[in-house]
Order: sequence, then C-alpha cells, then structure tokens
Amino acid sequence: MSDALLSTASLRKSFGGVVAADGVSLEVVPGEIHAVIGPNGAGKTTLVNLLSGLLRPDAGDIVFDGRPVGRLSAAARVKRGLARSFQITSVLREFTAADNVALAIQARQGHSFKFWKPALEDLALRQPAATILAQVGLADRADIVAGNLAHGEQRQLEIAMVLATGPKMLLLDEPMAGMGIEESQRMIELLQDLKSQYTMLLIEHDMDAVFALADRITVLVYGRDIATGTPADIRANAEVRAAYLGASETD
Amino acid sequence: MMAGINMKSATSWMTLGVLVMFAVMPFLAPALGEPFYVKVFARVMIWSIAAISLNLIMGYGGMISFGHAVFLGIGGYSIGIASTHGLDNAWIQWPLAIGVCAVVGLIFGVISLRTRGVYFIMITLALAQMIFFLSVSAEQYGSDDGLNIWQRSEFGVAWFDLENALTMYYVIFAFLVAALFAMWRIVNSRFGLVVRGSRSNDLRMQAVGFPTYRYRLTAFVIAGVMCGIAGILQANFEKFVSPDMMNWPVSGELIFMVVLGGMGTLIGPVVGALVFLLLSEILKDITEHWHIIFGPFLVLVVLFARGGVVGLLTTGVSRE
Repeated sequence: MSDALLSTASLRKSFGGVVAADGVSLEVVPGEIHAVIGPNGAGKTTLVNLLSGLLRPDAGDIVFDGRPVGRLSAAARVKRGLARSFQITSVLREFTAADNVALAIQARQGHSFKFWKPALEDLALRQPAATILAQVGLADRADIVAGNLAHGEQRQLEIAMVLATGPKMLLLDEPMAGMGIEESQRMIELLQDLKSQYTMLLIEHDMDAVFALADRITVLVYGRDIATGTPADIRANAEVRAAYLGASETD
Repeated sequence: MMAGINMKSATSWMTLGVLVMFAVMPFLAPALGEPFYVKVFARVMIWSIAAISLNLIMGYGGMISFGHAVFLGIGGYSIGIASTHGLDNAWIQWPLAIGVCAVVGLIFGVISLRTRGVYFIMITLALAQMIFFLSVSAEQYGSDDGLNIWQRSEFGVAWFDLENALTMYYVIFAFLVAALFAMWRIVNSRFGLVVRGSRSNDLRMQAVGFPTYRYRLTAFVIAGVMCGIAGILQANFEKFVSPDMMNWPVSGELIFMVVLGGMGTLIGPVVGALVFLLLSEILKDITEHWHIIFGPFLVLVVLFARGGVVGLLTTGVSRE
C-alpha cells in the first residue's frame, strides 16, 4: 500500500524501561477510518503523541502525505494537515466556543504576528468558525464559555477545533471517552458524516463505535501491532481474541 | 451578555476616571495644599507602566516573571551610564536604552521560556539578580551607592525641557496613556489572542498549529521594552539610578501591584500601582511600622478578591 496517506515504519519509543511503542508499522489508506484498539497501557495514546509530534520517536519513520514528518514540531505537522484531538478534553476553557474555533482558524491563516487589529470581531475568523460550529452541532452554543459546556459538547468542540485547522487527516484519541450512550451515538453520527471528507485514525475503547465506524483495525498490545485487518478479520483473528477481545469478554 | 456589557463599560469608566485624575493632579494637588502628591502621582504613573508591562506576560500570558524589575534597572542605567559619559541627547539615549532592553529581553526570554511554573519564576529571578550584582559591582557607575544623573535627557527643543517639572510630569502621563492604548490593541489582536490562548492551554494551541514559543518570547520582549521605558522615565524623573531599583523585592512589588489591581485586566495594573503606592504613603504617615497593616491587607486582597480591585468593583466578591 504505497498510496497510504500516513505510514509509520518500526516506530519506537520507550520511557525508562517501559517500551510504549515497540516497532509499530502502520499504513492508513486515504478515505478510511483506521481504528487502533488495544488493552489499557498498549501504547495507543503514545502512538497518537508520536504521530502528532508531541513526542519524538526514539527510532523509526513517519511519512505523511508523501513526506517525512517525524522531525517536525507539532505545530508544523498541523500545517501539513495532520490534526489531533485529545483523550482528556482539551479546549481553551476561558474562551467561548466560537473563540476556540476562531483561534484554530487563525492558526491556519498565516502567522499571528499582527499586533494591532482587533481579532475578536474579525469576520475572516468569525464566519468560518460559525460554519464549523454548525457542522458539529454547536451553533446555538457559540457564545458559551467552553468551561461551562457539558462534557459531550466540549468533545464536539474539540472536533470542531480539529476541523478548523483545515486538516487532511484527523487523529482522534478516544473521542467518546467519558460520554453517555446518547452522546456517544451523536459522536458516532458526526464521525460518519465526516468520513466522506477526512481520513481518520481513531483510538477508541468503545467497541460498538469501533466496529460501527472502522474500515480497518490495528490491534496494539504492549506497544506492538499484533494484527491489522478489516473488522471481520479482526473478529476472527485467534491471536487478537486471546490478547484482547477474549480477555475483555471474560471480565 | 448584559453583564458582560455592563462590566466592560464599568472598566472603561474606571480607566477614564483614573486617567482624568492623573491629568489634573499637577493642578489639583497644589490647590488642595498637598503639592507633594504631584511627585507621588508621577511615581505612580511610572510604576503603572512597569506593572502594565508585567501584566502582559503574567496576567495575559501566564508567565510569572520574578525578575521583571531588571528592565527598570537596565532602562534606567542605560540613561545613567550614557549621561555619565556626557551623552544627554534623548534621541540617542532613549533608542539605545530601548535596544538594550530588547536584547536582554530576548536573551532572558530564550533562556527562561524553556521552563514553566516555579522553574520559570526561579530562572527569571536568577537572571535578574545577575544584572543586579553586576550593577552593585560596577564601581565606575557608583556600585550600590547608585548613580546621580545631573542632566535629564535633552530633546533639543526649547519649549520641551524635561527639567521643567510640569513637562516631565506630562511626558510620563503621555507614556502611560500610550502604554494603555498599545496594551489594549495588543491583547485584543491576533497576537494577543495567541498569547492568551497559550496561557489557557498551551498544548491545545500547539495542537491547532501555533508554534507558541515564539509568540510567548515576543510577548516577553515587548514587556521588557515597555518596562525599560518605565526605567528611562524613572531615571529622568528621580535623576538617580541605583541597583535597588532592580533588586528582587521590586519585582515582587510589581507582581503585587498586578495581582492587587486585577491580573489580566487592562486598567488593573494601574489601579494596583495606585492603591499600593498611595496606601504605603498614607500608612507611613500614620505609623513607622506600616508594614504591619500593609501586609495583612495584601493577604486579604489575594484571599478574598481573586480578581483584584478591578474584579471587586466590576463583578463583586463571589466571583470565581
């Protein structure tokens, strides 16, 4: 699959004695939702941190959109079109929902060494922000301070910020984390909507969501990718059942 | 929404009121039989400019510098040293002082912004004390006795002479107004929003594509230059500079002024400087042991008025 949008080769990262990524090789096909699953401590969040540039790999390559990005800063990778959300909700809590999205849009409109013109009334930021908030279903919550939004709404806002960066690919670290059934269902619908426009790498614990959304699944155990395949392949894979699915069923 | 508008206009009125008070003080104080207060208010304005500059990095940027007074010293000493060598021309002195502050700000920023939280506090303190000790050991510039400035900066314009007390006062006033206006534009600009966003959640800002370090560094340099201007004004006003003007307690006082007035508000640092200096002036008249009253007062403000005086006046005590 040389036409992969994102690929990694033998990605390694260890923290002291703990190996969080032990030679992970991954290929994400354009237009697909590629889920990464695995038990707690399998290194899923480490993988997203490596891909998004918050961590530097000890070894291995990351190629995005035909170019190596492994040495680029997090901000530079976003400029290339690789944007992420966080497992623990990460928004600007003191800013309104609209401000949050407007800032993400500002980030893609060139440098921000502009010291004089008021930015909060800038229509070049406000209008696209309103569009994106509507897209994720937060149009009527635009003027609410993010810290006062419900948990599910904050997760939606985070997706809005990711979209506002103008990405080619989304790295979503457990977008359903901490959500109720109804909220999760809304998030699944949102991601299904977005699927036609974006390639996604999805880390998720909610297996219903994974099997509902994913075109391809990689199973990560102790920092190693033990299997990759379609949802049907993964369900049928004996090794996966032993390492992961089986274990969780007997819980 | 209504509360927001009311709050906005309340702080606008406060800003206007404070500025009008500064503007009329050279006439009001003598009329009230307290001409000494003209000098006090000139000092309040100089401290206000320094506190406004600290507020940019501390209040809006979340960078708590415990060495900010070093820029007062560097700005002041640039004038003092130039003057000692017979260079009194303001058109050379002032840009020189500002340039030195910018370079030192850049170097200190590059070093200290690699750290966060308590480490940032400690490293800014350490860097500032380095310059403090340098000034103490500079014998040709008076060591810890300080340096007298015999001639205020000369602009070469007959009617514009800083040796005239009223001119000096209104030059300081003009710089205060300019500082407030510039800060108002900066914190609401794209640049200002990046700095404020980085205070709120730096990781998130990076993850939407902002290389936040360079914006924080720029803010640090701007704050250093602005505080350096306060130092230039102080050196001219007092006609004297000494290491004490950049010792660490001064940095502490600046932090207190910002917190007292209201961190992250435009007029807060000015109100903070005003309350801080007036109160200490008044308490000094009452008792020699004025710190016994002043200390607990500051503690109470920090404990019960989280938004400082400005927060107290605009939104009440119960604000979170």
